[in-house]
Amino acid sequence: MLKLTAIWLTHLLPGLLVTIFGIFLLQAVIALPAQPVGLTTEVQRELPNSGVTNPVTAVLLNFRGYDTLLEIAVLLLAVVAVWSLHVVPLRTGHARYVAETPVLAHLVRLLAPVMILVAGYITWIGSARPGGAFQGGSVLAAAMVLLLLASMIGIRPRQRWPLRVVAVLGLAVFVVIAGGTLVVGNQFLEYPRNQAYALMLVLESVLTISIGGTLALLFFGAIPETASFETMNDEG
Amino acid sequence: MTVSAWVFDMVLAAGLPVLAWSVLHTRDLFKAVALFIAYGLLIAIIWVRLHAPDVALAEAAIGAGLTGALLLDTLGRIGSRDTIESDASQSAAGERDQDKNA
Amino acid sequence: MSQFQIYGLASVLIFSIGLYGFIVHPHLVRKILAMNIMSSGIFLLLVSAARRDMHAIPDPVPHAMVLTGIVVSVSMTAFALALTRRVVAATGVAALLWMDAPVEAAPIAARNDEHSRDLDRVADPVAADRDDIHLSV
Repeated sequence: MLKLTAIWLTHLLPGLLVTIFGIFLLQAVIALPAQPVGLTTEVQRELPNSGVTNPVTAVLLNFRGYDTLLEIAVLLLAVVAVWSLHVVPLRTGHARYVAETPVLAHLVRLLAPVMILVAGYITWIGSARPGGAFQGGSVLAAAMVLLLLASMIGIRPRQRWPLRVVAVLGLAVFVVIAGGTLVVGNQFLEYPRNQAYALMLVLESVLTISIGGTLALLFFGAIPETASFETMNDEG
Repeated sequence: MTVSAWVFDMVLAAGLPVLAWSVLHTRDLFKAVALFIAYGLLIAIIWVRLHAPDVALAEAAIGAGLTGALLLDTLGRIGSRDTIESDASQSAAGERDQDKNA
Repeated sequence: MSQFQIYGLASVLIFSIGLYGFIVHPHLVRKILAMNIMSSGIFLLLVSAARRDMHAIPDPVPHAMVLTGIVVSVSMTAFALALTRRVVAATGVAALLWMDAPVEAAPIAARNDEHSRDLDRVADPVAADRDDIHLSV
């Protein structure tokens, strides 16, 4: 009897509540009007003034640039939070790792240059076609994760300043550009019409490097310290 | 919308909850993460079907690639056996074992 | 059924599945997986709602929001996983222990006997002094 009560509390009751919640959610989705009241027309109308022709890039970097600004701040915050936890970072530079997996090393040697090229291409093409800083940055991050796993790049304890620069680079450039728009008398993040494309290109390039670097740092884990928290539990 | 496109959409949309359920209820966490990577790739295909290629690009690299790498790295450090079960299911398992013994 | 209806239904389903998994599983990595599944349900709803009018260009604003959301959710996942590792290093268990979660692999029968006491402890959180956990920090 008691066990039945326990199952009821831990599984059936949550299941029931989630089902009821799901039914309400479904009703809300069905109740959405068939004709969307979106911002498509506004975006299409302003697209020629944005400096790019890909509407998603225009929304991300121009129309709703402050969203992206705050998102870059969130990425920086995540890196600071992970670093502050003092977990053991990814162990790189271990010859044993690489020797055990020769396939990985060869594959990474083939793939990494192509991936970096693709990341640059995706970022560049983002002004007109699907692509941009986020997509390019994530491909760059994937390339760097592969390089980290194959111990072809490593992060050593003395390299803290370059890491910090990578982590704050995107946010810093973004804030400088946003401040610049205020200085020249525009609204916050309202680019001067003639320089919009150039400014967004600079921003995209910096953001690609920054997003890629930040995501790779998040994968790497803590900033390398002399002593880490997990060392006592670590088998190596 | 053509019939084949409709069928394709239905298969994708039906596969998603099935995969999500198996991600969350597979006993071995390593299998769960492998299924989660497949789940991310399925979502990336759905973004293409919904005419969101920008999102598809990011999802394929992040949702399937980076998140999977992060999860696997963590499992490599803390182990992939999900031995912690809620108390009720453990009692149920214990009861089954006792029945078997009896 | 239009694409919006198909994927809208799927998004509600996977959000609910994720929410249920988030509640019932104590293992933290499983909770993180559940959180990711819930967020993908929300993304799916946003993108499919942008495509309600199948003959028009989809609304780019939800696409941009989802793109931002994906990057935020991967950084959230990275942070949550680092926290999980910290919890494992501190307690030896990848779960947030509360009241009656077992720490070591104690015999199941023994735990069954203690079960009634454990349920009583829920009523009085202060009594649950967690004598079975020793923080090593």
